Amino acid sequence: MNARQFKQRLMVNLDPVLLAALGGFALVSLVLLYSASDGNLVRVLAQLGNIVVAFTAMWIVANMPLHYLMRAAFPIYVLGMILLLLVMTPLGVNSHGATRWLNIGVATIQPSELMKLAVPLMMAWYFEKNEATLKLRNYFVATILLLMPVALIAKQPDLGTAILIGASGFYVLFLAGLSWRIMIGSALAAAASAPFLWSALHDYQRHRVMMLFDPSQDALGKGYHTIQGMIAVGSGGILGKGYLNGTQTHLDFLPERTTDFIFAVWSEEFGLIGNLLLLSLYVFVIGRGFIITANASTYFTRLMSGSITLTFFTYAFVNMGMVSGILPVVGVPLPLISYGGTSMLTLMLGFGILMSIQSNKKLVKT
Amino acid sequence: MNRYVELKNHQREIYYFRLRLVLSLGFVVVMLLILLLRFFYLQVIRHDYFHTMADSNRIYVVPIVPNRGLILDRNGVVMAQNYSGYTLEIAPNKVADMDALIAELSKLVEITPKDIKRFQKLLTERQTLETMPIRSHLSDEEVARVSAQQFRFPGVEVKARLFREYPFTDMTSHLIGYVGRINQNDIDQLDDDDVASNYLGSDYIGKTGIEQSYEKDLHGKTGFEQVEVDAGGRAVRVLSRTAPQSGSNLMLTLDAKLQEVAEKAFGEYRGALVALDPTNGEVLAFVSKPGYDPGLFIDGIDTETWDALNNSPDTPLNNRALRGQYPPGSTIKPFMALAGLFYGTRSPTHAISDPGYYMLPGSRHQYRDWKAGGHGAVDMFKSIVISCDTYYYGLATELGIDNMHSYLSRFGFGQKTGLDMEGEVSGLLPSSEWKAKRYQQIWYPGDTVSAGIGQGYNLVTPLQLAYATAILANDGVAFQPHLVREMRSAGGGAVQTESKQMFDLKIDPENLKLVKGAMEAVTKPGGTAAVASYGATYRMAGKTGTAQVIAIKQGEKYDAKKVSEYNRDHAWFIAFAPADKPRIAMAVLVENGGHGGTTAAPIARKVMDYYLLGKTPQPLPTDKTGDQSD
Repeated sequence: MNARQFKQRLMVNLDPVLLAALGGFALVSLVLLYSASDGNLVRVLAQLGNIVVAFTAMWIVANMPLHYLMRAAFPIYVLGMILLLLVMTPLGVNSHGATRWLNIGVATIQPSELMKLAVPLMMAWYFEKNEATLKLRNYFVATILLLMPVALIAKQPDLGTAILIGASGFYVLFLAGLSWRIMIGSALAAAASAPFLWSALHDYQRHRVMMLFDPSQDALGKGYHTIQGMIAVGSGGILGKGYLNGTQTHLDFLPERTTDFIFAVWSEEFGLIGNLLLLSLYVFVIGRGFIITANASTYFTRLMSGSITLTFFTYAFVNMGMVSGILPVVGVPLPLISYGGTSMLTLMLGFGILMSIQSNKKLVKT
Repeated sequence: MNRYVELKNHQREIYYFRLRLVLSLGFVVVMLLILLLRFFYLQVIRHDYFHTMADSNRIYVVPIVPNRGLILDRNGVVMAQNYSGYTLEIAPNKVADMDALIAELSKLVEITPKDIKRFQKLLTERQTLETMPIRSHLSDEEVARVSAQQFRFPGVEVKARLFREYPFTDMTSHLIGYVGRINQNDIDQLDDDDVASNYLGSDYIGKTGIEQSYEKDLHGKTGFEQVEVDAGGRAVRVLSRTAPQSGSNLMLTLDAKLQEVAEKAFGEYRGALVALDPTNGEVLAFVSKPGYDPGLFIDGIDTETWDALNNSPDTPLNNRALRGQYPPGSTIKPFMALAGLFYGTRSPTHAISDPGYYMLPGSRHQYRDWKAGGHGAVDMFKSIVISCDTYYYGLATELGIDNMHSYLSRFGFGQKTGLDMEGEVSGLLPSSEWKAKRYQQIWYPGDTVSAGIGQGYNLVTPLQLAYATAILANDGVAFQPHLVREMRSAGGGAVQTESKQMFDLKIDPENLKLVKGAMEAVTKPGGTAAVASYGATYRMAGKTGTAQVIAIKQGEKYDAKKVSEYNRDHAWFIAFAPADKPRIAMAVLVENGGHGGTTAAPIARKVMDYYLLGKTPQPLPTDKTGDQSD
């Protein structure tokens, strides 16, 4: 096998369009992280390591036959649920007031991260299995499959992850054809019960909810993040302050600026033009995802790729909305850019599935 | 059949799925538009606002407090200066449990209960975000200990500050005054005067004395530094700097050494002394006894010490020289004599026969002379030398109160002298008009009789009496009394205070010669201040006086031994020297000192000896008994 063949063999199951866009994200991530970390090369190299691991994982999944994935859906979901329950036992590790981690001796893992893929996988598999005889009851069961892990994760508490998983599951339900009547009905029921729920809350719980929507109430606490984020974005203006020149970033005013608030760094240094470019990159990936979804050959692959694409968008939207102050701060990183290996890995596994679906379609065609 | 249905279902499914996918796409587009609008709003529409916010985030304007001007005496002796030292300070708004914090801190440095009380008083006085000192004058070791542990105590800082120091402490407390921490009243006042911005960062402001009166000049101009800071408030770099302008140094007219001599001459007595240069109005000595340690007030005084000072029967906080009001007693007589001559009520040679008392026509009430049995034949010269009361009872009655008021007010009685120190009071020079207004009563002839010897309603301050004496000494030419001789700005420019001639009374030289001659005779054998003046090698002129503290009943005799200390008469002595060409004029008050010749005149003598001869005081001869006059 010569080099050309090897390259072909390596790339055969990878979608070149998607791969180029993901490479673009990797580049943006490294460049931006260099600024956000004040030139901390150790951190940049660590992120490069994360990217290498994530891309490798993507390659593996992309080259995996789809039926492996389908067969793994149920066991992975069950394993995820067990781990989520174990988090609630003394094995759970508490940090900063939230119990999200599990000590497995050699390392601590975050089971909710696994569920980001396990839940849509499980639901898509479930719908695929019952495709021929789909009834209302199946939607009900799928909803239960979704709500159980979401409730456990929200209780940790990890609102950001719960919202993302909730969204990914809802996208599966929606694409699987959940009837409008039920969706509108539940929405109305939720709206109608809101006042009762509100009156049932304790004062401190109400205060927390209020805080989510009005950060200025706690300008030195949680609200500080949002306010400083908005200042960074707003002061960036149209053209931005220039790479490495953000005052909010480099004088330490921006909290979490390598992770959840890295978008504020981008916004401050590259301005509205930069935001448009970054959004375009996201739109490009999402657009590719839509095309793959539209062309997917099976019920399972349609639901799965649709959910992955829409969840990726939700990820980006929630993060940017939170940094620019239209959404409460819920702790969602900027997908593919924020520093951190776990979320990068999960996302790239998702894109691996997307690529696998795409190449599977090609196989079906040929 | 079955297969057909399934296929049809499959196509329908794909159709429905793609419909939903398109709806999802619509959802994504709408959400993206929302984000774009938000970015446009933040980065274009509100860009200026957030730009300013980012700048105010990173740019702090840090005031640079100017060095306060020094206060020097006329010879350059330092009377108020600055030195740098370390204080332990707490930012009250950053501390949740103050008591616990103080308890922890006192394990590192000594914090006395007094410090804590003082600190708590400071907290109630000024609501501020700044730090407040709990301990000053930290030793290097204490600074090191706190600095090493500082991370444990958010809101606690060691600050280097300039402190004010008064080397003469209580000797100059009423003159120099003191600075104290700026309190809410000061802030309001600064706001009213529109100078609050010049006090950003300043901790101290002049509270009394020269420190208060010359605050504007001493404080200087605050400088500013624009610094870029990070989120922790640490300065990263300086963007611009406007240097502060140090306050002006004040050179006083006062002679510190003379002040010290005067101060010591009082011994344990309470009282006041103001000495002026009659030829230009310069204040040479300005004493109010007892004084207090002005250093106590600088960083806030604790309640106990304050109460002790404030409730002391000796009233050490009262500036007697400036604000003490006493009847002038017989020191008024030389001025009365000039009034008599001016209005032609008395000729120099006219003599009365003094039986030891005076009675108003048609009244049997006896106004007694201080000497039972009287002085015999008394003309104007003798009336001053021996301080004959009877002579002035008659003179006052014939002059009438309104002529007295009109003439005496020319010497500044009943008015503020306009000394360059805040808080002066005007004393009281009565008139019939004043009494009608004040008491809705007519003026009685008896009121005039006692006013003639400086009792009754009359009140003067030591400063006023010194001023009047200086005018007399300088032959009626008055100069504005002032304390500051020169102001040297930090830029190097010096502004001299020009001696300001106020008026010239144009007194008949013959009259002056008579009265001043008589005052010189007061210090000669036979005069009421002969003992105190004994052996003086310069010509000294003076007049003794006694101010009654309690009234003596008709037919009773004042006996100092029977009267409690605080009710004894106050002793006065006014003097100038050399008599022919006066260079110093003064008024000395000794509270409850009894006779002016006995207690007040010796003080004046010591001051003059030093000023005119450079002689440090020696104990006066004690073999002679004191003059039994007032």
